[in-house]
Amino acid sequence: MRADMTKPDDTNALEVLTFNLNNQAFALEASYVREILDLVPVTEVPASSPFARGLINVRGKIVPLADLRYKLGMEERPPTIDTRVVVIEVDLDGDLTTVGLLAEKVHEVTTIAAAEMEETPKIGMVWRHEYIRGIGKRDGDFIVILDVAALFSSALQKKADLNVHAGERHAA
Amino acid sequence: MSTADPKKMFEQEAQDLLATLESALLDLSGDPGDRTLIDTAFRALHTIKGSGAMFGFEPAAAFTHHVETAFDKVRQGKAESSPELIALALRARDHIQVLIERPEEADARAGEAILAELGALSPSAGAASGASAASSAPAAAGPRTWRIRMRLPRDVLAHGTNPILLLDELCSLGSATVTPLTDEIPLLQDLDPAACYTGWEVLLTSSEPRQAIEDVFIFVRDEMQLEMEPMESVEKSQAGASAAKGAAPSPASQGAVQEGTPTGVQAQLKPPAGQPPAEAGKAKSRSAEAAKVASSVRVPAERLDELMNRVGELVITQSRLTQIAAASTDQAVRAVTEEIERLVLELRDTTMGIRMMPIGSLFGRFRRVVHDLSHDLGKEVELVTEGEETELDKTMIEQLNDPLVHLIRNCIDHGIEEPAGRQAAGKPPVGQIKLSARHAGTEVLITITDDGRGLNRERIRARAIERGLIQADAVVTDHELFQILLQPGFSTAEQVTSVSGRGVGMDVVKRTIEGLRGKIDLSSTAATGTEITLRLPLTTAIIDGLMVRVGQGRYVMPLSAVEECVELSPEEDVRTRSHSFLNIRGELVPFLRLRELFATKVPPDPYQKIVIVSSGGMKVGLALDQVIGEHQTVIKSLTKLHSSIEMFSGATILGDGAVALILDIPHLVEYGQMNEENLRAAE
Repeated sequence: MRADMTKPDDTNALEVLTFNLNNQAFALEASYVREILDLVPVTEVPASSPFARGLINVRGKIVPLADLRYKLGMEERPPTIDTRVVVIEVDLDGDLTTVGLLAEKVHEVTTIAAAEMEETPKIGMVWRHEYIRGIGKRDGDFIVILDVAALFSSALQKKADLNVHAGERHAA
Repeated sequence: MSTADPKKMFEQEAQDLLATLESALLDLSGDPGDRTLIDTAFRALHTIKGSGAMFGFEPAAAFTHHVETAFDKVRQGKAESSPELIALALRARDHIQVLIERPEEADARAGEAILAELGALSPSAGAASGASAASSAPAAAGPRTWRIRMRLPRDVLAHGTNPILLLDELCSLGSATVTPLTDEIPLLQDLDPAACYTGWEVLLTSSEPRQAIEDVFIFVRDEMQLEMEPMESVEKSQAGASAAKGAAPSPASQGAVQEGTPTGVQAQLKPPAGQPPAEAGKAKSRSAEAAKVASSVRVPAERLDELMNRVGELVITQSRLTQIAAASTDQAVRAVTEEIERLVLELRDTTMGIRMMPIGSLFGRFRRVVHDLSHDLGKEVELVTEGEETELDKTMIEQLNDPLVHLIRNCIDHGIEEPAGRQAAGKPPVGQIKLSARHAGTEVLITITDDGRGLNRERIRARAIERGLIQADAVVTDHELFQILLQPGFSTAEQVTSVSGRGVGMDVVKRTIEGLRGKIDLSSTAATGTEITLRLPLTTAIIDGLMVRVGQGRYVMPLSAVEECVELSPEEDVRTRSHSFLNIRGELVPFLRLRELFATKVPPDPYQKIVIVSSGGMKVGLALDQVIGEHQTVIKSLTKLHSSIEMFSGATILGDGAVALILDIPHLVEYGQMNEENLRAAE
């Protein structure tokens, strides 16, 4: 639903929150975002997927902390003074769930005009194109606009896990 | 609450009444002569009729009226509670339920058929009960005129009784003349507008028996003044007693039995001589019922959840307060904190108790299933229940209904043999299904046992091979073989009956039980029976936990699962590297190293601790770094991102704001076993 409503077309500009992951600028639709927090102590969940390895306490609520870098095939880096948690609400198989996202640095909420957005190129991308809604241009730089729903879709999740396992087996 | 739909409330009330009716009918089939049961059934019918009419369920009320009439005959001893009548009444009960819950689906012809059968049953039964019917029948035959004087208690309106409805009901029994008795109405300045001062005198000509008229007042009878006399008996006694008693024309106006009042009148004023014990019993049970009504309140489930959440927050906040107070030197603060801690714990226990219900309420429903199904299949089956008092969360009880119905149906259809077959096998002709519930550590065990023919291993095996689920030469344990039974679409039945054989049931059972984080164990001995055990976790929202540390992570395990804690000496630690067994007072206890299981990277503490827990009747040790202590734990469930990790049943927030995971002991042990097997396989 949400994706349809804010589909980038000629009339609609997209309001997004921009942030950094491993020095690359990303953006996600601002409508998902509930709040932005400083990094709090994280409780690791043994045997969990590296995508959601920990739990945090967001004002009395236990919230999973997701690391998008895993989904985007980026290496993990230790947190810095700039590391933040972007708290979003996302649909997980029909349950509206509060999830924290690790962000290396959070910039701003901004509007990307439709004219500044381009379709995701099918080739030349390091990231799986299912996870990307489009590429925005801003001050001469590229911003990768993420498809939050796809990132948390369990169907895609399974496929990704299979690929990872296949990769591991291959490596072994 | 004030906006609650009265129809909804009636539907809920009717559900309870129908359940009461059903259990009374089923009890009655075991003991057809029990008067209190007959009365209970009758009262339930009567209330359904009355409230139904009041809330606009006229078709249900009208239908119930006829059933009630039939039962009234039983109650008065004019008919007998034969098995046919009980079976019919059960069908009628179901029809009433449809009429109330889904009136648009109700099949009018089915209702008429039931009524026709009821009608056909009553007279023959009446004839059969001979003398008693003969003696009371003529009395009820022709229309008689009664003089009824009634005076309700002053506060009757405050209790919700509408005298007009009582009068209407009286009038509906025949032709009536109602005269109000206004002599007790006080002067206007003394009048309480909410009180009922008026009495009524009703001259009623009706062919209904006396009992039917008295029953109009069944719910107010204890408090009210009621005088009833047949007019002709008054006339007769007047004529007969030549020593004319002047009191005769207005004997009732005295309001009390006078000496010399004609015997006919006296008999009317007192309860009929033949009935006092029953009457007394009825009155007693009625007052007990009234007390029960007063002491129970219907509350929407969401409100309880909300309350539970608030208490959970309170427990968390209180543990923070305790932590702060422990660091304080102020004695007064400490004393108050202790007091608050005690109160919070009591509040927690009370709140959790609200949601708990004995499982007996669920077991009761299966008697009907067994009764109906064994009749349909021509088998004789008796249901024995045990541990009805075992308490479970109400929502869980609701969800257990369908799986248990499936399992019981399976037992009757596949397990229990026909009476002839049973006798040939040297068993008593009546099969037995035992349903029992008990607590075991952090689990509730619900066991269904039948003494039927048992599971047929060869057939399951053949079928599994046929469907490619196992290899033809595979060695499978009983446990693995029986787990195949739980797969969707798997059935060994040669033919699909209306009862079972589609192979859908067990899959539903499995999914529901797994949805409740439970497990199913099957065991069976050929020719002696099958035992199915449902293991369900106790899902209370707040538990007494034991907090432990593994590496840097803190975890909580349910204290009820913990047996004891021991220390693993460094020598023992090294010695047990190859085989993870401990000798606890001569008993061999396997243990799992949680550090390895959780892939902890920080260096271990020099002295590992072992917490011995019981899981599924087995003792297992859990090796960890530190036992921190007891902790009041509010369980919060994990999101779908983590729900696939079964060894954690949830998480909780500690006093310092950190998050700790809660160990699900049975799943943790299972995960540990799998992990070890994988390691072995890798070697």
